Amino acid sequence: MIYLELFLTFLKIGAFTFGGGYAMLPLIQDEVEAHGWLTSTELVDFIAVSESTPGPFAVNISTFVGMRTAGLFGAFCSTFGVVLPSFVIILIVARCYEKFRESRAVKGCMSGLKPAVVGLIAAAAVTTGQTVFFPLGISAGVFTSPAFLCSAVIFAAMMLLAVKKLHPILIIVISAVLGIAAGYAFQL
Amino acid sequence: MSMDNKKTRHERSQLMPLFLTFFKIGAFTFGGGYAMLPLIQREAAAKHKWINDDEIMEIAAIAESTPGPIAVNTATFVGYRICGTAGALIATLGVVLPSFIVIIAVSSVLQIFSEARVVKYAFYGIRAGVLALIVRALYGMFRQCPGHAVSYILMGIAFAAAVFTDTSVLLVLALCALVGLLTSLRRERNRK
Repeated sequence: MIYLELFLTFLKIGAFTFGGGYAMLPLIQDEVEAHGWLTSTELVDFIAVSESTPGPFAVNISTFVGMRTAGLFGAFCSTFGVVLPSFVIILIVARCYEKFRESRAVKGCMSGLKPAVVGLIAAAAVTTGQTVFFPLGISAGVFTSPAFLCSAVIFAAMMLLAVKKLHPILIIVISAVLGIAAGYAFQL
Repeated sequence: MSMDNKKTRHERSQLMPLFLTFFKIGAFTFGGGYAMLPLIQREAAAKHKWINDDEIMEIAAIAESTPGPIAVNTATFVGYRICGTAGALIATLGVVLPSFIVIIAVSSVLQIFSEARVVKYAFYGIRAGVLALIVRALYGMFRQCPGHAVSYILMGIAFAAAVFTDTSVLLVLALCALVGLLTSLRRERNRK
């Protein structure tokens, strides 16, 4: 039965992928290709689409694969499958964490995990920065190209607004408008 | 007994704001889990005071070290914090629903949608905006971190491992947790 198959496959993906986002990609790729749900070209295309729709990549792709394979109920089954493991595991962890968060062991581990998370977010900032400023790689001409200059101006402006504590949603809306304006003005 | 009742009533009154908040967060999170941290910070910490900035880091650490999308993990955790299991359910539903609806809506015209020029240009700008948000959140989190040498070293190791190697995130986190545990135990013993 296709609904059960979708549910179980995405349950597995939800349960065995750590780190979120594209860290999940290899397992997702194996599974959807093995089932013949998407070809690798379609998957790559979908990654591009997923960048332009909100929400976690794993949720986006499971909804999409479910919808394409078995319609609305299929989308529901696969999305439910991908979310369920996180939900159950976090529920258990949260319950224990509330109990033990003042313990010395948990506090000790947290004192190491916090800087690690900062390091990981810094790494995410660098990779995002690469796709923002150098989508086609770094070359001599890139720093004077209109695309690079527009990105730099938008980034600087948004940085200023972020420091001024403008609401993040407003920052996203303004940067979208600036992107559209720059795109049409310079034919990026 | 009456206190219990009061507490449940208070918790229940938080369910609707919880759902709306995470629906909003889900709708405006572009580009992966970390991009939602500034939104969580603004909505759940600054506006509703459900959690504080320090707890956001703990939640981010837990979301990283458990399976599943970071955005879903974070929503479930914050929801549980505020209203127990019902809260976890509501917050998770809220954060997932926008992506679900959008993908269903555009799934038949996905290709056309993503290749439309106006969409491309909008995301050209949004990516730069999201980067600014991440950098700003990063600075805030950096200041929240314990300010001793071990902490900076762990930061550097996690950063380098993620950027320059294929080491699994989980391994890095386990190692950092262990180092944190050992150094804090040692510090305690020295104090005695």
